[in-house]
Amino acid sequence: MKLELRGITKKFGDFTANNKIDLLVEEGKIHALLGENGAGKSTLMNVLFGFYDADEGTILLDDEEVVFAGPGDAMAAGIGMVHQHFMLVPPFTVAENVMLGHEAVTGFAKILDLDAARATVRELSERFGFHLDPDAKVEDLAVGAQQRVEIIKALSRQAKVLILDEPTAVLTPQETDELLEIVKQLRDSGTSVVLITHKLREVQAVADTITVIRLGKVVGTAKPTASREELASMMVGRDVSMTVDKGTAKPGDVVLAVKNLSAKDESGHEQLRRVSFDVRAGEILAVAGVQGNGQTELMEALLGVIPTTGGKATVDGEVITGKSIGDVLMSGVGFVPEDRTEDGLVATFTIANNLILDLYGIEPYSKGLALQPAAITEHAERSVEQFDIRTTSIRATAGSLSGGNQQKVVLARELSRPLKVLMASQPTRGLDVGSIEFVHKRIIQERDAGTAVLIVSSELDEVTALADRIAVMYQGQIVDIVPADTDRETLGLMMAGAHGEDAA
Amino acid sequence: MSESTATTDRSSADGPESEGSPEEAGRDFGRLMREITQSDLLVVVFAIFAAMLLGGLLVVLADKDVLATTGYFFSRPGDFFAAVGGTLSSVFTTMFQGAIYNTNASDVAVGIRPFTQTLTVATPLILAGLGLGLGFRAGLFNIGAQGQIIIGATVGAYVGFAWDLPVVLHLIVAVVGCVLGGAIWGFIPGFLKARTGAHEVITTIMLNYIALNLVSFALSKTAFQRPGSTNPQSPLIAETAEYPLILGSAYNLHLGFLLALAAAGGVWWLLERSTWGFQFRAVGANPHAARTAGMSVSKVYILVMVTAGALAGLAGSAQILGTEHSLTAGVAASFGFDAITVALLGRSRPLGIVFAALLFGALRAAGPALQVQAGVPVDIVLVIQSLIVLFIAAPPLVRTMFRLPAPAHVKEVAA
Repeated sequence: MKLELRGITKKFGDFTANNKIDLLVEEGKIHALLGENGAGKSTLMNVLFGFYDADEGTILLDDEEVVFAGPGDAMAAGIGMVHQHFMLVPPFTVAENVMLGHEAVTGFAKILDLDAARATVRELSERFGFHLDPDAKVEDLAVGAQQRVEIIKALSRQAKVLILDEPTAVLTPQETDELLEIVKQLRDSGTSVVLITHKLREVQAVADTITVIRLGKVVGTAKPTASREELASMMVGRDVSMTVDKGTAKPGDVVLAVKNLSAKDESGHEQLRRVSFDVRAGEILAVAGVQGNGQTELMEALLGVIPTTGGKATVDGEVITGKSIGDVLMSGVGFVPEDRTEDGLVATFTIANNLILDLYGIEPYSKGLALQPAAITEHAERSVEQFDIRTTSIRATAGSLSGGNQQKVVLARELSRPLKVLMASQPTRGLDVGSIEFVHKRIIQERDAGTAVLIVSSELDEVTALADRIAVMYQGQIVDIVPADTDRETLGLMMAGAHGEDAA
Repeated sequence: MSESTATTDRSSADGPESEGSPEEAGRDFGRLMREITQSDLLVVVFAIFAAMLLGGLLVVLADKDVLATTGYFFSRPGDFFAAVGGTLSSVFTTMFQGAIYNTNASDVAVGIRPFTQTLTVATPLILAGLGLGLGFRAGLFNIGAQGQIIIGATVGAYVGFAWDLPVVLHLIVAVVGCVLGGAIWGFIPGFLKARTGAHEVITTIMLNYIALNLVSFALSKTAFQRPGSTNPQSPLIAETAEYPLILGSAYNLHLGFLLALAAAGGVWWLLERSTWGFQFRAVGANPHAARTAGMSVSKVYILVMVTAGALAGLAGSAQILGTEHSLTAGVAASFGFDAITVALLGRSRPLGIVFAALLFGALRAAGPALQVQAGVPVDIVLVIQSLIVLFIAAPPLVRTMFRLPAPAHVKEVAA
């Protein structure tokens, strides 16, 4: 089926999320929609899927104009969507999830026809090599498999156009490759695919046509043969360097030493098992791994957010495990949390106040009980300038900033006191290319100033760009610590649990 | 349409693994509390307006003159509207005369008496409202002002009637007693929340009952009972422990009112200008970020509840040392509960709380006059109060009724 969008405009108040967007998806082609976070990709697809009403513009399917009042209409017309966050019921089986919303019933007794759903799952699963058991519970499946359930769900509804919204964000490199293979198969069987992403590698690997959007407008189309630099500069609107400039590390003494550290999460599952590593002054140790393999708990245990159940960690020989978060921070640890809106910032506070969120108790920001507004203002103005935080005022709330600028606030705050160790979780998640560049540069500057840096990232590109050494985590353990120049293939296998020497 | 999809968007953005977990539910509850306790000024103004409108409607509907005219509405509609107008104007005149200035009075000194009465009634409301508002800002939905007032008043009363101390010192010690009593009653739920996670809504409600029954129990014992009386009331407190009347003996207005205004200033400083307040607000707005920044959330919970209790204890002092002078089980009247409304209405901000308390003080002061002069049941004041709370607790309702724009954060999510 051919899908065409003509002049789609969608406004939220004064904000124009989509500005006269034209998009043509040919039958049986993979069309990549490339753009930074906040460029308006998801809004466009939500308009197409009937979640939002467009203010202007038309949608055409096989040259006929259609109007969707809601997702039901869009699905009936043959459009399927796999959301970034899956819309599955975890305790239900694969078959139950697939039939959800258009449940078939048996002829006489009018009870749920699970067998029909099972047959559909088996049939589609076989055709595309999905390896899905219709009776497996979705909550027991790996993320990649859950995504395949979403795809089957869409296909079982005779989707002729399949929209994949940032499908690889939660996948391992291997799972990503598998998904891209599936996408190619779908195309070859005649399905049109819209791939929404900001990852250039994937676009180059599978797309037939590329449409780049920036700030709600189509800025151009490109061939998949275009170089990464070309695509990136179209996406950002200026030249960007795709590599991180960094000199060789000059590691000094061990600053952060972690020995046999174990910890449990809130529900009592052991998420961290006897983890040991050292980080030296002036080097970056990056922890790679698929999300949910204990990286979050590692950071939380080091900071003291969750209690440790064994082992210890020291900074310059002083034990930090068992201390309060405040004490750990004050002993020279800077922390950039994984979820900056939840853990890093108070959205309703001003930028100025967020910049002293962990410094309010020390001079010059307060004397005794009294806050010192003049010092706080001065600190804020200095940080805004040094970290290029784009805002109208230091009195604006942190919630009004873009993701990149929010992260700069967190970084500015953590780097504004002398650090021995900088710990950053997913430091560039959800950021635009420009902010990523900036954050990476700052982290390397901090390394070069002699700070021991510990990074956790599920983006392999980021890990390889920043790391001086790479530790790979799998199921709460460190599989191995390898040099920074280890190839992606090996790292990918290690992320799935294979040891360094087996993987290589 | 856009608002409802925006909410859907937000919940789906939380990620598949966290959806539906108890922690997530807790966060949603916290978000809701924040929206209610710190709602838009517009919502508050329109909530008062809507409540007054509905209250007025009830008064009109229940009025016998109006009812009489409905029988022949279609033959002489003019009578009906005249009756409605007459009822409303008499109600509003009475309220003005009962709460602000009595225009029938022979001289100014008598005329302003209703206004001083408004201020007197507002005093405990300001103090307890400040305590609750402080809690709301820190994310604690403290319902326990009633119990904290009672315990504060009980301790203050005991100091007042049982101890014999010199002038000035006696008052100071009695006030300190009230503050300590309230603070202890606030400490308990704060400590329980910090240590065990027990929810303050439940514990404070239960502590209200305990306080009420404790004072009834105490009043049945000789230590508290007035000699020669079988009624459950304490002896009168010594005059040395009473708040001085600041406008002389012709008026009930006492020193507690000035204390309440000073407390409002103090709470403002605490919240906006001190490191404690910075922590309180951070914990209230985002406990996760506060904790990650090294603040001790448990310590904040305890500190906030102790301070809130101390302020409620001061409200108790206004009652026992200012107006009642003798302890009964009803010493707190319903001030502890009305203070919740006051704090909500004042959007948990000190200045707002002072104004809201004055409004409620006026409504209460006008109550008896309404009953006597306009024949309106005094319960109408309670109905209006309850309607205000109802409207504030449902911001989308008020926004829909008056076509107000959605708050900024909903729009942001949509964008």
